Amino acid sequence: MQDEPTPEELTRAVADFLRRDLAPGMTGHDAFRLRVAINALDLVTRQLELSARSDAAEVERLSHLLGVQGSLGELNGVLAGRIAAGEVDLQTPGIAEHVWQTTMDKLAVDQPNYASYQRERKKS
Amino acid sequence: MQALLARSAATWFLGATGVTNAVRLSGGASQETWSFDIIHPDGPIGAILRRAPTGYGAAPERAAGLNTEAVLMQRAYAAGVPSPRVLHVLQPQDGLGTGFIMQRVEGETIPRKILRDQQFAEARPKLARQIGTILAGIHGLALTDLPELRTMTPAREIAELERDYRSFDWPRPVFELALRWLRDHDPGASAEVTLVHGDFRHGNLIIGPDGVRAVLDWELAHVGDPLEDLGWVCVNSWRFGEIDKPVGGFGSREELFAGYERAGRHVNADRVHFWEVMGTLRWGVMCCGMMARFRTGPEHSIERAMIGRRASETEIDLLRLLAPRGGRWDAG
Repeated sequence: MQDEPTPEELTRAVADFLRRDLAPGMTGHDAFRLRVAINALDLVTRQLELSARSDAAEVERLSHLLGVQGSLGELNGVLAGRIAAGEVDLQTPGIAEHVWQTTMDKLAVDQPNYASYQRERKKS
Repeated sequence: MQALLARSAATWFLGATGVTNAVRLSGGASQETWSFDIIHPDGPIGAILRRAPTGYGAAPERAAGLNTEAVLMQRAYAAGVPSPRVLHVLQPQDGLGTGFIMQRVEGETIPRKILRDQQFAEARPKLARQIGTILAGIHGLALTDLPELRTMTPAREIAELERDYRSFDWPRPVFELALRWLRDHDPGASAEVTLVHGDFRHGNLIIGPDGVRAVLDWELAHVGDPLEDLGWVCVNSWRFGEIDKPVGGFGSREELFAGYERAGRHVNADRVHFWEVMGTLRWGVMCCGMMARFRTGPEHSIERAMIGRRASETEIDLLRLLAPRGGRWDAG
């Protein structure tokens, strides 16, 4: 077992330092690149906080839908292959719900401010 | 650089006495954009150089090539499409590689500024219709006057997207569903084929308070279904948050179509929708390509890496197009 602070506590602290102490003094292209770097750290923090639970739920949904066991990557490979083969589509029971849930979980990490995601969140 | 530009300008710009303010604006290793001013007794002339440095002559498979871009810009300019005037196509004796020099057009290309700043407030409501008119102008250019371009069909574009997606070797069920939908809804080759700009969207349009001032970046120009350009400009990724205004965050499809049809052309809304789905998937595949280049390229750019994490934006947009919620499956 690794000691504390947790990875997400560390990435959050670094991002806060960059945002509060460094960003105000930057201009031009450096300011832009720093903003991108802070965004990347924020993304990592969200992934550390959220993905264990959403990955576990995704594995469970996929195993149930596909009737096979495997890692998350393997199961997504099986689903992708079945869609490509025409065996599974959006009319297959459970598929639309599954890809929607998976996509919402990805956006929660990748781009929670994306307008389409914000709109869909209000629906659920 | 400045000395090379000055030597070149003296050969094709009458009265030019030198070049100043040369700065590199952007570009990767294979293509550069420079801004500079030509010094002239009547006052400075703002200019832009787009070039592939010597040794980077081979264009990637899809790019039209800088010489072709220069000709397309000249034809567009001559036909009244808002376009920078091409001042000079680079020759070997310029020592600047391949490419061209064009007049610098003042204005804004940054989407968020165009969509939020007060100085564009009057232009915004007119832009969807104006874009329709401009696209009609591009599609009206006579193919016989144009350099040789790739001819594309929906089937060919689907095949290329699929090949690119599979090359990343990363399973994406939503992209698979989109590829399947595209194959099932392939409208077939267009009865009318025209010049297609291929990348008509925010970032490639210089906009002023008076509207669109210039259409840039003809790199992806090809011959094909004109409605491809109308679908691409509606892709949600180019709305920058204004998701209820499909045309670049400016306005409605109806306004876009009205501007297009008023200029004497015809719209088939189903075909435009097909191209919007294709365009959404294309941008998603391009995001994945950025990720691949981040991992394999020498530049190790965080920006490129983060664009890779935008592929999921196109997944939610594809689902909004192909499996909108509130539909059959969650009705119960």
